[in-house]
Amino acid sequence: MERLKVNLCGIEMDNPIIPASGTFGYGYEFAELYDINVLGTFSFKGTTKEPRFGNPTPRIAECPNGMINAVGLQNPGVEKVISEELPKLSKCFNKKVMANVSGFSVEDYAYTCEKLDKCDQVGWLEVNVSCPNVHGGGMSFGTSPEAAAEVVRAVKAVTTKPVIVKLSPNVTDIVSIAKACEEAGADGISLINTLLGMRIDLKTKKPVIANKMGGFSGPAIFPVAVRMVYQVSHAVNIPVVGMGGVSSAEDVIELMLAGATAVEVGAANLVDPYICRDIINELPAAMDKYGINTLEEIIGGVK
Amino acid sequence: MKKVLFEIKSNRPLTENVFEMKLAGDTSDITRPGQFVNIKLDGYYLRRPISVCDCEDGELTLIYKVVGHGTEAMSKMTGGTLDILSGLGNGYDTAITGERPLLIGGGVGVPPLYMLAKELRKEGKAVSVILGFNTASEVFYEDEFKALGCDVYVATADGSAGIKGFVTEAMKDLDYTHFCTCGPEPMLKAVYNASKTSGQLSFEERMGCGFGACMGCSCKTLTGNKRICKDGPIMMKEEILWND
Repeated sequence: MERLKVNLCGIEMDNPIIPASGTFGYGYEFAELYDINVLGTFSFKGTTKEPRFGNPTPRIAECPNGMINAVGLQNPGVEKVISEELPKLSKCFNKKVMANVSGFSVEDYAYTCEKLDKCDQVGWLEVNVSCPNVHGGGMSFGTSPEAAAEVVRAVKAVTTKPVIVKLSPNVTDIVSIAKACEEAGADGISLINTLLGMRIDLKTKKPVIANKMGGFSGPAIFPVAVRMVYQVSHAVNIPVVGMGGVSSAEDVIELMLAGATAVEVGAANLVDPYICRDIINELPAAMDKYGINTLEEIIGGVK
Repeated sequence: MKKVLFEIKSNRPLTENVFEMKLAGDTSDITRPGQFVNIKLDGYYLRRPISVCDCEDGELTLIYKVVGHGTEAMSKMTGGTLDILSGLGNGYDTAITGERPLLIGGGVGVPPLYMLAKELRKEGKAVSVILGFNTASEVFYEDEFKALGCDVYVATADGSAGIKGFVTEAMKDLDYTHFCTCGPEPMLKAVYNASKTSGQLSFEERMGCGFGACMGCSCKTLTGNKRICKDGPIMMKEEILWND
């Protein structure tokens, strides 16, 4: 279907739909449900230099129209991702995958990205400087333009593939951070990561989540995503991947009008594991409804 | 796993806050006792994981406790359909129980043991069941287990029905080849410590997806990190690593 094609940092995608990191594992759980080759690509579980168990449980809290998670970057570490997860993925996914990377130091990011950059299966590196659930890492890099730029420079120095920087909405001026990443050599920006949130159990009077706070996602944050994608895409000259509460083909169109070249779908995968496949199937009819010929022509087309 | 639209056939209270819902639909993905389903409720974002109490010929029985707004809304449903992810989790392995398995359930940990008892009885095994509750008014399914031909022992914490004390009190004099249990974590730990054989324990945790994608319900075990929803909820006695 030509009308759904987009080009993200020089790589053609059949459609703009990308399951977001942390909601799609390393892909093969979903491959049991449907042929995941229908996706544009997907962003795999946030990977770090060392293996991580993550935070204590409970890690999940429900909210009106959304959820809070504080998983804390549980992953087997980059060596095992390359030696075990990627070979498993190659059996069910023949497209380029987006490698999502987190770290606790600039050197961590560079180390993990350099390793993943050498994998043929990897198309893009999505550098997460915005995880709200780990202390002393993740978000602390994404809340200052200087620190974010430093990560980007270090990663770009040791990689050849497009580097997309995933930004946090928990900042006062996301545009300045996006611009700093662009100046440091980033090939794209993805946003928004989750909003920092918290719930309290009225019976126990304790926070629902063991980590107390976590990342709020789901349809409730969609308007924040539209706003920030709009602000950032109009301020930088590199592609923006939009995400935050996307749950339908119409949401995809709205985020692309705001300026997104491609769209990640996160929390919705957890509620309906078939949602990305269904959104892709529903896009042509939604485009017809709004008089849209191709998706590429509407990127940033908000009047 | 399969996403199935089930039709609600009945929904009745068993006790003050425990309900039994019967549904009709495609149950083909439920292959073992101890599995669960994940239910989408209108107006609530995340699904509700509920253990399978029984399933046969397209009829699904769920027993659930009202613990919050979602399950309260569920308790008021009288008909209509429910969007359900069916056949989640690993389930109990009946092949390793020996000839005289002991099933131990506490509160709403009792329901999944019903389908398990049914399977074990079909395999011709002599099944003993201990049902633990706080008090007599909370007791349910005693007769249903008896009708399967199980030896049933009820234990209540306050002694208002059956044996006075916790389920471990009832375990003391029983002779069994293997145990299978489901209930609150303190009970699981007490059963683990009191048991003299191999066993299978069913764990509970707040879940995001229920099918292994989000890592919301991970736990550490002696055989590595596991997801309670996908690698569990049933864990083998020998792999359990208690939190404290």
